[in-house]
Amino acid sequence: MSELNIFLIALSAILIHNVLLMRFLGLCAFFGVSKDIKTSLGMGLAVIFVMVMASLAGWLMHHFLLNPETSLFKIDLTFLRTASFILVIASLVQLEEMVIRRFSPALYQAMGIYLPLITTNCAILAVAFLSIDFSLNFAQTLVYSFAAGIGFTMVIVIFASLREKISLAPVPEVFKDYPVAFITASLMALIFLGFQGLFGL
Amino acid sequence: MKEKVFTRGFIRENPVLILMIGLCPIMACSTSLRDALGMGLATIFVLFCSNFSIALIRRIIPPQIRIPVFIVIISTFVTITDYTMHAYLPALYKSLGVFVPLIVVNCIILGRAEAFASKNSLIKAIFDGLGMGIGFLAAIGAIGLIREALGTGAITNPTALFFIPPFKIVLAGEGFSPAVMMILPPGAFLTIGFLIAGLRRLKGKTVV
Repeated sequence: MSELNIFLIALSAILIHNVLLMRFLGLCAFFGVSKDIKTSLGMGLAVIFVMVMASLAGWLMHHFLLNPETSLFKIDLTFLRTASFILVIASLVQLEEMVIRRFSPALYQAMGIYLPLITTNCAILAVAFLSIDFSLNFAQTLVYSFAAGIGFTMVIVIFASLREKISLAPVPEVFKDYPVAFITASLMALIFLGFQGLFGL
Repeated sequence: MKEKVFTRGFIRENPVLILMIGLCPIMACSTSLRDALGMGLATIFVLFCSNFSIALIRRIIPPQIRIPVFIVIISTFVTITDYTMHAYLPALYKSLGVFVPLIVVNCIILGRAEAFASKNSLIKAIFDGLGMGIGFLAAIGAIGLIREALGTGAITNPTALFFIPPFKIVLAGEGFSPAVMMILPPGAFLTIGFLIAGLRRLKGKTVV
C-alpha cells in the first residue's frame, strides 16, 4: 500500500476498499443513524473530522513513542498500542467537542451530538491501525484517513436516502426496518464489489 | 434470577440479532465457521474478564472517570488476547486481522460494563458476561456456518482452533456450484437480514 501514489490511495479508500461496505467498519453508526439524510450527513462530517485527527495523532504517537526503531526513548512499547490509541481518540473527541463549541456554534449544531458517539465507532480506531499496518508515511496517512472518511460519508448518505424511500414501501411485516435495511446494504455492497480490481488494486 | 441473567442473552436479548450491537466483527469475521468461532471465543473471554474485573472494583471507581477506566480495563484484556492468539494461533490471527485489537471498541463489551457490571454484584456480572458472550458466539457461529456452507459447499472443521489438523466436511455433491457471493461482503448483510427476519417471525408466534 505504501508504494502507491496519493491518488490511488484515495481511490482505494473511497471506492475499492470502502470502510463500510467492504471492510465492515463502523456498522453500528451505519445502521443506527441512517434514518434520514440530514443526520447521516452530520454524522459523516463528524467522522471525517475525527478520523483525520485520530489517524494523524496515532501516527505521531506510534512513530515517536511506541515504535522502538524511531521513538524518542528507544523502548519497545508496541504492546500499549490498543490502550493508548483508544485513550488518545477518546480524549481527542472531548477536546474537539470543546473547541468546536467555543469557536463555531453553527458547526457544533450540525455535528456536536454525534461526536461522543464516535469514540466507540470502530472505523476511527481501525483506520488509525491500518495506516500503521500499511506503513504509510505522514502525508499518505492524511490522504488515506480523509478519503476513508469521504467513503464513509458518501455511503451513509446514499444509504439514508434509500432508507427514506424504503420506509414508504410496502415491506412485509417481519422485514420492516432492520432486515430490509440489511438487504439494501447487501445490494449496495454488491454494487461496490464491481469496483474490485479497478487499476489492479 | 441468576438463571434469567444468564440465559436472556441467548435469544430474548441477543446482543446481535435483537439489540443490533457489535455488528462489525459479526460481518467481517464470519466468512468461515472457524473464524466465526475464534472471534466468538475471543469476545467471550474479554467480556467475561472485563465484567468480572469491573464488578470487582465497581465501588472504588470514581463515577466521573468510569468510562476511561472501563476502556483501560477492556483494552488490557484485548491486548492479552491479541498477543496470545498471535503466538499460538497464527493462522486464525492472520485471517481475523485488524478485528482482534478492534474487540476493544465492540459496543457489547463497553455496553455491558456500563449498563450491568458497574451496577450489579460479582456473581450476576459473571453470569451476564457469559450469557451475553454465548449469545454473541451463537449469532456469529450461525452466520459463519450459513455463509461457509452456501459459499463453498463445504465446512472446514473448526477443530483447528484446538490444535487438531483441520479437515473439510463436504456437504454438497459434484453438481453443486457454490454461491460465491455468500463469502463476499454482500452475503454477510444478506444472511444477517434474513436471520433477523426469521427470528422476528418466530418471536411473533411464541414468546421466546
